[in-house]
Amino acid sequence: MSIKISETLTFECETGNYHTFCPISCVAWLYQKIEDSFFLVVGTKTCGYFLQNALGVMIFAEPRYAMAELEEGDISAQLNDYEELKRLCVQIKKDRNPSVIIWIGTCTTEIIKMDLEGMAPKLENEIEIPIVVARANGLDYAFTQGEDTVLAAMAHRCPEQKTEIEKKIDDKSIQELFSFLPLKTKEKSNKSFTLKNTFSLVLFGSLPSTVASQLSLELKRQSIHVSGWLPAQRYTDLPILGDKVYVCGVNPFLSRTATTLMRRRKCKLIGAPFPIGPDGTRAWIEKICSVFNIETQGLEEREQQVWESLKNYLNLVRGKSVFFMGDNLLEISLARFLIRCGMIVYEIGIPYMDKRYQAAELTLLQETCKKMCIPMPRIVEKPDNYNQIQRMRELQPDLAITGMAHANPLEARGINTKWSVEFTFAQIHGFTNAKDVLELVTRPLRRNNNLENLGWTNLIKIQKR
Amino acid sequence: MKLAYWMYAGPAHIGTLRVASSFKNVHAIMHAPLGDDYFNVMRSMLERERDFTPVTASIVDRHVLARGSQEKVVDNITKKDKQEHPDLIVLTPTCTSSILQEDLQNFVNRASMSSDSDVILADVNHYRVNELQAADRTLEQVVRYYLEKAHRQEKLNLSLTDKPSANIIGIFTLGFHNQHDCRELKRLLQDLGIMINQIIPEGGFVENLHELPKAWFNLVPYREVGLMTALYLEKEFGMPYISTTPMGIVDIANCIRQIQKQVNIWSPILLGKKFDFEPYIDEQTRFISQAAWFSRSIDCQNLTGKKAVVFGDATHAASITKILACEMGIRVSCTGTYCKHDEEWFREQVQNFCDEILITDDHTEVGDMIARIEPSAIFGTQMERHIGKRLDIPCGVISSPVHIQNFPLGYRPFLGYEGTNQIADLVYNSFTLGMEDHLLEIFGGHDTKEVITKSLSTDTDLTWNSESQLELNKIPGFVRGKIKRNTEKFARQNNITKITVEVMYAAKEDLSA
Repeated sequence: MSIKISETLTFECETGNYHTFCPISCVAWLYQKIEDSFFLVVGTKTCGYFLQNALGVMIFAEPRYAMAELEEGDISAQLNDYEELKRLCVQIKKDRNPSVIIWIGTCTTEIIKMDLEGMAPKLENEIEIPIVVARANGLDYAFTQGEDTVLAAMAHRCPEQKTEIEKKIDDKSIQELFSFLPLKTKEKSNKSFTLKNTFSLVLFGSLPSTVASQLSLELKRQSIHVSGWLPAQRYTDLPILGDKVYVCGVNPFLSRTATTLMRRRKCKLIGAPFPIGPDGTRAWIEKICSVFNIETQGLEEREQQVWESLKNYLNLVRGKSVFFMGDNLLEISLARFLIRCGMIVYEIGIPYMDKRYQAAELTLLQETCKKMCIPMPRIVEKPDNYNQIQRMRELQPDLAITGMAHANPLEARGINTKWSVEFTFAQIHGFTNAKDVLELVTRPLRRNNNLENLGWTNLIKIQKR
Repeated sequence: MKLAYWMYAGPAHIGTLRVASSFKNVHAIMHAPLGDDYFNVMRSMLERERDFTPVTASIVDRHVLARGSQEKVVDNITKKDKQEHPDLIVLTPTCTSSILQEDLQNFVNRASMSSDSDVILADVNHYRVNELQAADRTLEQVVRYYLEKAHRQEKLNLSLTDKPSANIIGIFTLGFHNQHDCRELKRLLQDLGIMINQIIPEGGFVENLHELPKAWFNLVPYREVGLMTALYLEKEFGMPYISTTPMGIVDIANCIRQIQKQVNIWSPILLGKKFDFEPYIDEQTRFISQAAWFSRSIDCQNLTGKKAVVFGDATHAASITKILACEMGIRVSCTGTYCKHDEEWFREQVQNFCDEILITDDHTEVGDMIARIEPSAIFGTQMERHIGKRLDIPCGVISSPVHIQNFPLGYRPFLGYEGTNQIADLVYNSFTLGMEDHLLEIFGGHDTKEVITKSLSTDTDLTWNSESQLELNKIPGFVRGKIKRNTEKFARQNNITKITVEVMYAAKEDLSA
């Protein structure tokens, strides 16, 4: 097998026999993000056991999600889907009384062609709780794209931007929209910031609220006001959308949401690199500013300052090589940041590559490679884990960023690993959190420095058979 | 449809994969959509497995769905055959892909024509059986396949081994302390002078399965997995099996006596002697294992009549119930299992050792039962441990579903004589202990949720008079600080500056009110 590292971006596609998590796993973080929601996963025992086990989110604390477990009678259509779902949703309403129930369709509902979208509006009227339907199935999507399907479905439920007259009546609700701001600035912002003629900015992507406010704050420094987030902390606080609204994503796996916002809600999409790493965050802010015709203030210094604070980490990673097996679709952004840190990326495996939605990020990746005089990494869509492991044997990267299934076996073979899921759950966005990315990346390297002299790198026996 | 928050046993394909990946040089192909292959994560993470889990998912996506999966599945099987040269490839669907009703048997037939490996389709109904039943079924299927194959090739050797020997059936990956139990069983059999013919599926080669009938008997330590195989071997080859779980002093002795009975059928003829294991049982029970002595010791006396609740798989729940009731004198208020399919056996085993029996796979029912009974300790699964946490009742974990904590690096068997020690420790440590218990009862609990003063030092505005000081000094050191803080907290809340003995007991009353 020859391994070439080319100068331009090349995309390959392999067999797709790779391991990643099921997209229904998005429930695990979205239910925490949207505090008044209830997620109902309509699927089989296989789905339920996954949520319970592989993600380690045992359903212990009585969270706001559950399984509607399909049994033999449901599959063979002996039972009435509508009546069954109604029974469960009435129960959920009684027990938890959420502001919204989100039905997560799975592979099984796809295969038996259960008409969730058809049933939802009817049931919604009957039980008087909004029901949002997202098809987070493994037939069409990978891991983090589950969030994409939920946000795309929720985009339809965001209130429409009102005309001037209607706005006055609705003033109170808009005021509530800014309730995260302290009281004084709330009044001020309402005066200085009116929706009628100027354009507003809505950011989409689920981030922990502290990270979301960090990013909002960075934009505020450039006098850009973020008028809302999709999703917001509460379902009842969904952002107002319309043709005078600019939208920008914070996560690379939200292409479907972006399309929905553009096509169905007539929003204007800002295509920017993603705010991961100081370089990405700066590019992201710059792009947004350029759309609003605002000259950035002190952004370069801010970036420089962050790089300065990362110095100790950079010394550890510089010149080291990394291999992404592909899992959460954050791969391109992370690879770009790590290259900028001085690392060499051999391969970027990625479950799915939307070249349009990620265009700005891909360009930045290319520019970064040129700047750092590093060959362009190979990008492998729908990778084949078996082949990747063969390639890794040959390349011997200093670090493999991999799904959980391969971490221990690779470590046993002397290859350092970091779980890709950690990047999904860790706070990695914005200037302040760049440190956390490097903290994760360098952990195995730092561990090795501690264990270096013990001579324990290889922990498997030579195979006899 | 069923509203489900948590389940005790996984879906069927997990059982199949656990059996397949326990054998050496066997590969499993899952016919499944993306993300259904989380078995690999479980095995790699929980067992801290060093080797890649021999399971590959042949991904069903929208594309495959439109065209049919045959090509892809057959292709993946033959590819794996070339890459890894496994002895056997097991194909399994999941709940999801089984609805597609594709003719997987036909795929298997086609793939086996172009593979050197044997290829079989795991024959399991994914909507009717759970993980444990499927594992039992798959193990039987694999054993049957290889014995029939050997029969066709006339390779079957039915003569017994020269020395008494046994097969251990049902040790497999992701089992509850299975690896430790296996080591303990090997030691037990070795002590008895019995050879181990084969252990399946863990670490076994399918190519050796045709030698299973050479053993004198089969030992099935857990009811959940292995019984079907043992029954098949009994029916086809007249092999006797022993399914008494050697857990707890009494049942170990029962199990050994059954072994003795089995080996003494042939040993007078083949070896010209009879085995007598009674001295061994006696020596182990009274002097090697510490459990019998523990039952007699003053420590265990304090456990007499305490209420406990037991819940788990049929094997572990039944055994632990018997140990608590018969060997330690603990009152089992309720015992139960989630193995609904084994209800009859379970009831028969425990009916005289507990007040009530609960058979359910709904964890909320178990939680309600525990809340109602308010036992002093629970012995259950991870779920009961959690229920116990919420109710402030200690819980010892005695059964699957497994958790990373059930894969300790140290040696923690549940079976055999070392297992009795481990269980005694577990039981003893789960209850609040003797003296501590009395004192907690008198002075109201361990709780230190609130900070009473900012400093930990005691020079405050409060004064203790000489009597109360004396009373305080009577209390043993390990709870004294707590009681002092509780009393002072009470005094502050009630604007009392001088602490007398009366105040101490008023504080105690206040806490227990």
